[in-house]
Parts: sequence; C-alpha cells; structure tokens
Amino acid sequence: MKLNDEQQMLQDSVARLMADKGPVSHLRELRDRNDEKGYDEPLWHAMVESGLTGILVPEEHGGIGFGLVGAGLVAREIGRNLSVTPFLSTAVLGATALAAGGSAEQQQKWLPAIAEGSVITALAVDDGAKHRPEAIKTEAKAAGDGVTLSGGKLLVLDAHVADLLLVAARQGENTALFLVDPKAQGVSIERTRMVDDRNAARVTLDNVAAEPMADGAAALAAALRAGRAVLAAELSGLAREAFERTLQYLKERKQFGRLIGTFQALQHRAALLMGEVSMSDALAMQALDACDRNADDAEVQVLAAKAKAARTALLAGQEAVQMHGGIGMTDEFDIGFFLKRARAGGETLGDANYCADRFAALRDY
Amino acid sequence: MSDLEQFRAETRAWLEANCPEEMRQPLKSQADHCWGGRKWQFQSEAQKVWMERMADKGWTAPQWPKEYGGGGLSPEQAEVLSEEMKRINARTPVSNFGFWMLGPALLKFGSEELKRQHLPPICRGEIRWCQGYSEPNAGSDLASLQTRAEDKGDHFLVNGQKIWTSYADKADWIFCLVRTDPNATKHNGISFALFDMESEGVSTRPIELISGESPFCETFFDDVKVDKNQIVGELNRGWDVAKYLLTHERNNIGGEPPGFLKGRALGPLAAEHVGTEHGKLADSALRADIARLEIDQMAFQALVGKIREEAEAGQGVGAQSAVLKYYGTELNKRRYEVMMDALGAEGLEWESERTMGGLYAREWLRSKGNSIEGGTSEVMLGIVSKRLLGLPDA
Ligand SMILES: Cc1cc2nc3c(=O)[nH]c(=O)nc-3n(C[C@H](O)[C@H](O)[C@H](O)COP(=O)(O)OP(=O)(O)OC[C@H]3O[C@@H](n4cnc5c(N)ncnc54)[C@H](O)[C@@H]3O)c2cc1C
Ligand SMILES: Cc1cc2nc3c(=O)[nH]c(=O)nc-3n(C[C@H](O)[C@H](O)[C@H](O)COP(=O)(O)OP(=O)(O)OC[C@H]3O[C@@H](n4cnc5c(N)ncnc54)[C@H](O)[C@@H]3O)c2cc1C
Repeated sequence: MKLNDEQQMLQDSVARLMADKGPVSHLRELRDRNDEKGYDEPLWHAMVESGLTGILVPEEHGGIGFGLVGAGLVAREIGRNLSVTPFLSTAVLGATALAAGGSAEQQQKWLPAIAEGSVITALAVDDGAKHRPEAIKTEAKAAGDGVTLSGGKLLVLDAHVADLLLVAARQGENTALFLVDPKAQGVSIERTRMVDDRNAARVTLDNVAAEPMADGAAALAAALRAGRAVLAAELSGLAREAFERTLQYLKERKQFGRLIGTFQALQHRAALLMGEVSMSDALAMQALDACDRNADDAEVQVLAAKAKAARTALLAGQEAVQMHGGIGMTDEFDIGFFLKRARAGGETLGDANYCADRFAALRDY
Repeated sequence: MSDLEQFRAETRAWLEANCPEEMRQPLKSQADHCWGGRKWQFQSEAQKVWMERMADKGWTAPQWPKEYGGGGLSPEQAEVLSEEMKRINARTPVSNFGFWMLGPALLKFGSEELKRQHLPPICRGEIRWCQGYSEPNAGSDLASLQTRAEDKGDHFLVNGQKIWTSYADKADWIFCLVRTDPNATKHNGISFALFDMESEGVSTRPIELISGESPFCETFFDDVKVDKNQIVGELNRGWDVAKYLLTHERNNIGGEPPGFLKGRALGPLAAEHVGTEHGKLADSALRADIARLEIDQMAFQALVGKIREEAEAGQGVGAQSAVLKYYGTELNKRRYEVMMDALGAEGLEWESERTMGGLYAREWLRSKGNSIEGGTSEVMLGIVSKRLLGLPDA
C-alpha cells in the first residue's frame, strides 16, 4: 500500500499542523487548568479550517470524502503529538455512523455541521467496563411513534461537550445506533477524568426519547470499524514517537562513563521496539486502505491492526519509561503521557484481547 | 490489452501447456524439491521435464539477463510469472544456493568471464552450489575466518576447514571465503573464491542435526588448487561480496516461511486435535496464542510489503534485511511452537507414515536453525541498532 500524491501532501501538512498547533505541551496545559471543554479549541479551529473535520464527510454534504487512509494519516500525527481534539469522536465516529446509516434528513442536518466544525458528536457504545458491542444491555423501547432508551454508558468520548449522542441500544434481537439529544430529559452526563486526560464521560439514560436511524445497525458497524482502524493509526503514531524520544535519550544519557545507547541490552530492546512499531504502523495503514477499497478481509485486517497497535503502543510506553530510568517516572517529563494514552486508546472500542477474540471468530476457530 | 496483461495471458497459456500435472501437487517431503546439479537423481520424469522446460524459457531465474540463461523479465513480469505459478500450484522447477545467493553476487561483482562460465549452468540446473563461510572459530564473527589461500603464481593453494556447510556433500561447486592476505586487518584480507568440490584435496563429513537429518557438513581443504581467475570481485575485497550476498540470503530466509506446512492454517489444524466448543477451539489459551501469532504475521507481511515497495522505489532494502530476517525467522519459530502445541502426541511421532516420517517434529526442530543460519537473531538486532538506529559502539 503506497500513498498517492494527495495523501502524501495531506500527511506532510498534517504533520506540520499538529506539531505547531497541537503539541504535547497543550495536553499538559489543558490538564493543569482543568479546562472546562477539555479539548484544544484553537487546534480544533485550525483543523476545521484545513477541512480535516470533513475528511470522512461525503462531498455532497460539504466534506472532502478523503477516505480512511486520510483519516489515519491525521490520527497518526495526533498520536505523535498527543493532540487533544474531538477528531475521533466527531470527524471519524460521528461522520462515519451518519454517512453509513443516517436517513437523508439526518445526514443533511448533521454531516455539513460536522464538516464545518459547528458540532461535536459522541458515540456511546459500552455499557460495561469492557467493550462488548455484541451484548449491549441498553434497551430501546417503542413509545408512541418513537423509541425511548434506558441504560448506562461508559467511556463516551467528548460526551460532556457533545451536541449529539449516538447511542447503541438493543431493540429485540438487533443492536443499532439511535440519535439522542444530550440535553433531552432523562440524560445525565458525568464527565470522568481519565488517566490520559482526554474527554470521556459516563452517560445515564432514563427513558430518553431517541431518534432511530435509517439503518442504525449498519451505522454502528461502520463506526466501530472506522474507529478501530483510525485508533490503530493513532496508537502506531504514539508508539513511534515514544520510541523516537527514547532512542534520542539513549544517545544523550551517560552512565558508567559512556552513553547508555552503547549497552547491548538497551540496543536490542530499541531494535525490537523499532520493529514492532514499524509492523504496527504498516498493518494499520494496510487495514485503512482495505476499508477504503472495501476489501473482503477489511474487518479481519482492522481487528488485527487494532490488536497489534494496542499492544505495540503499550509496549512502547513501558519501554520508554523504563529506558528513561527515574526521570521517566516523573510527571514533569512528557514520556509518561504516552504510556497513559496507550492504555486508554488501547481500551477504546475494544482492547487487544477483544480484537483478537473477534479476529479468531472471523477466521473460524 | 496492456503489455503486462498480454504477458500474463501468454504466461498462463504456456504454464497450462507445459507444467506437468504432477508438478502442480504440493511437496510431500524434502526430496520432492528439485535441487539440480550433477549428482541430482530426478524423483520422476515430470520433475526433469518441468525443470528443462522452465530452463529453456529462462524462467528458472526469471529476472537474470537472457545472455546468462535467465528470463530477462522486469520485476513486474516476474511478479506476474510468480502469481501465475501460484495460481496453478506449480512447484519451483529447481532451486539451490546458486540461484538465491551466488547468482546475485556474481551479477553484481563478477567479471564477464565468470558470469558466462557460471550463470548459465545454474539456470539449467546443471551445477549445484554450496556456501563456504562459517568455520569452527568464525561464526557470528565471520571476518575472523582462517582458511588460507596462498598465491602460488598461477594458482592459489587453499588449506583450512569450514563447518555447517549446507549440502556440501551434494553440491558440485563451492563459493568460499578465504584469507588471501594474512597481514591485512581482518576485513581486508579476505577473497571470494569459487572452486569445484571434486577438486583434489576437498573432503566433507556430514553432521547430523537434531531433526535427524544431515543437511550440512564439515568441509576440509587440504592443498586444494584454485584457478586465479576464480576470484569474484577484487582480490582481498571479498568481504564486500560476502556481505552483499548475505543480504540476499537473509531476504530469502526471512521472506517466505519455509517448510511444507506453510499452507496449513493453524486454526483448523488445532480444531482437529483439541476439538471445539460453541464453535470455538476448546482450548481457549491455544486459541489466543494462534490469534496473536496470526496477527503478528499479518503485521509482518504488511511491513514486508512496505519495505519491498520502498526497495522498488529505489531506496533499496539495505539494512532493513536484518529486520526482515529477524522477524521472519522468529515468527516462523513461533509458528512451529504453536503448531506443536496444537498437534499434541501426533506431533511427537518421529517415524510414522501418518506424519510423513515425523515431518512435524523434524520441521519444528529444523526451524530453530532459521534464527542462526545466515546470521543469528542477536547479530541481526546488532545490525538494526547500529545501522538503522545509529546507536553507538561500546
Ligand atoms: C519510584 C522511585 C523511587 C526511588 N527512590 C529512591 C530512593 O529512595 N533513594 C535513592 O537514592 N534513589 C531512588 N530512586 C532512584 C533510582 O535508584 C534510580 O532512578 C535508578 O538507580 C536508575 O537511575 P537513573 O534514573 O539515573 O537511570 P539511568 O541509570 O540513567 O538508566 C536509564 C536506563 O539505562 C539503563 N542502564 C543504565 N546502565 C546500564 C547498563 N550498564 N547496562 C544496561 N542498561 C543500563 C537503565 O536500566 C535504564 O533503563 C528512585 C527512583 C524511582 C523511580
Ligand atoms: C541450519 C544451518 C545451516 C547453515 N548453513 C550454512 C552454510 O551453508 N554455510 C555456512 O557457511 N554456514 C552455514 N551455517 C552457519 C551459520 O552461519 C552460523 O551457525 C552462524 O553464523 C552462527 O555462528 P556460530 O554457529 O559459530 O555461533 P556463534 O557465533 O558462536 O554464536 C553463539 C551465540 O552467541 C551469540 N552471539 C555471537 N556474537 C554476538 C554478539 N556480538 N552479540 C550478541 N550475541 C552474540 C549468537 O547470536 C548465538 O546465540 C548454517 C547454520 C545452520 C544452523
């Protein structure tokens, strides 16, 4: 899988944008001032201006319809810089769900708004501590000519600043997404500070009026696939950055009268880490491309990519802290942020074990 | 129709007409692989015919220039040929160290005379080669090799010993690293020499492996005469040739999972032995191991694809071959471990017909050599950390 010219240009410009406007220091600042919105607003505006919020919105709805490889390239840079944006919740999950399963009316209402950056959306799937979309407990009940939802959701990204909730609920045998107004009666949203200092919330729904989608099941499936693929790219980018920072440290830090990078025990670990990072990244890109090509094995590839990236990012985070020695344990030093995000990003939309389990099931064993 | 499509159509038709049915069956044992050479005993008429027909087309070495017996195909055409062969499960017509090691080195470093002498017989499967690098005291530290080649005016006189020489007893010629300048620093006095294994003074002694097979030998040289024109590249600059060749060797060990079980998916294999519950493998830990392995293999393949693309775009594989060698072989070893877990007692059988003569156990054991031969895993990590990561020497 090779980037075409457009994708190459996107990669270069996004790399610059994220490094300039969304560096790790912003994450620290947002955290330290306990920012109310919890995301980097100037960065988000810059992303809107560059059209990135519409990267998965079809052109007829005001987006640029760049495809998942493009979204993955953005996510990779988000990962490298630990940029704090609602890109995943809104530009990926929201846009994909609505494009895949929204009614014409819903699409008209929400997709252009996502592209122009005037709304934030939040996908609410997990109703337990673990991602199990096959066993959703939140229930959708018929009520008059609509439906009402009851249940509790965890790890709902950007929910406390969202203008729209996309909620997974069970209706008889089917599980589908429903649209919910976060201000509707019966919705309560508790922002939960997470280890990675990103926006997440617990959402409780008590007989909340919800709007069915044209094909809420397809919307859920598409959003999960896109989200996992994009997360795989983000985690791979994160892993690469943690690795590169560590490699640099090995070339600077001296102990025993020489650079610690001369110790073979560390050299081999660095070499292994580079290999893992490269494989994770290559698989993530291949999986994104498989989605764009609608390949038969796209689902299998995405599950594999997410599993691989989740493990690799954690490995990179751990190795980074270890090879930095004592300073790696300090809050003042940035490397710990990578470890934290690796854990949270790995858990989101299915951890490595979940993805491997689904992977095995799809391969019939 | 584009030229490439045209080529595909012609290739497909030619293969259909010329690949014997028997050569479209999977290999059943090591012996089914055609190694070629003067001593080769064809397993069947079909094996012989297939090799000869392919050699006539130049397709035993598809990308080598035509004037040396190759096919003169572009990388794209070679890819098409390989795809079309896979499509009908056609076996490799002939293969030995001449093709994947010596050939590329000769093409890059050999004189015109040496190319014309040695490449066509390789293509025709007439001469089988072996590799004389390692010595008892020169393994990972290959450049410390001691086998001497003394200048005797019109020839060299070679004395010394090699070890782990794969198929030395079956090969016709050897490409051999010899020390031609004992006074130079260790990398600078080595030459890359070619000679006939039937030369006077060459003897071999097979070594039995843990797999029960004896694919490699101790090889002794006692006053072996070597023609002076049989040096590849410059005298005393053999290390450059040796390293270049190792890159090719590594790509080969790392690229394809060797063995006869590569086509067998582990999931169904495990299901046959441990059974299933609710549609899943009954042994959930084994199931997780298989999934994790397959995911890692997919990731590795994605990286292989990426590195190949970069190589084609002119960046070359270079030190990346160490990455490929390391992961290719380590994953292969893991694969055999998981396979043995899945097979249980059946995998332990050493001789039965059921297991094709203990093939599982033997291949499992053989796979352990993958991370040793062609440079060990630790040596590969050393190359990665120095050449790709720029980490300093101690
Ligand atoms: C939670 C915590 C509590 C602590 N409490 C105390 C305390 O109470 N009192 C106190 O005095 N200190 C304390 N320390 C300091 C601790 O002892 C040092 O952090 C530790 O000795 C490592 O030293 P360093 O941080 O300078 O890392 P470095 O020595 O710079 O190590 C960086 C990396 O290089 C590796 N490395 C270094 N040398 C070699 C080598 N020769 N071969 C291979 N790898 C090598 C290390 O393993 C590490 O991965 C504490 C540290 C932490 C994290
Ligand atoms: C199946 C098989 C086929 C082979 N075929 C051939 C052939 O056809 N022709 C040929 O010439 N050779 C062949 N070899 C030999 C092979 O190239 C050598 O075995 C290999 O280079 C390792 O050398 P050694 O066996 O002397 O091990 P050693 O170099 O003694 O290594 C012993 C251990 O020490 C480690 N080690 C060594 N140096 C370092 C270091 N600097 N840092 C960290 N660890 C280190 C190694 O990784 C290894 O784990 C073959 C080997 C095998 C197993």
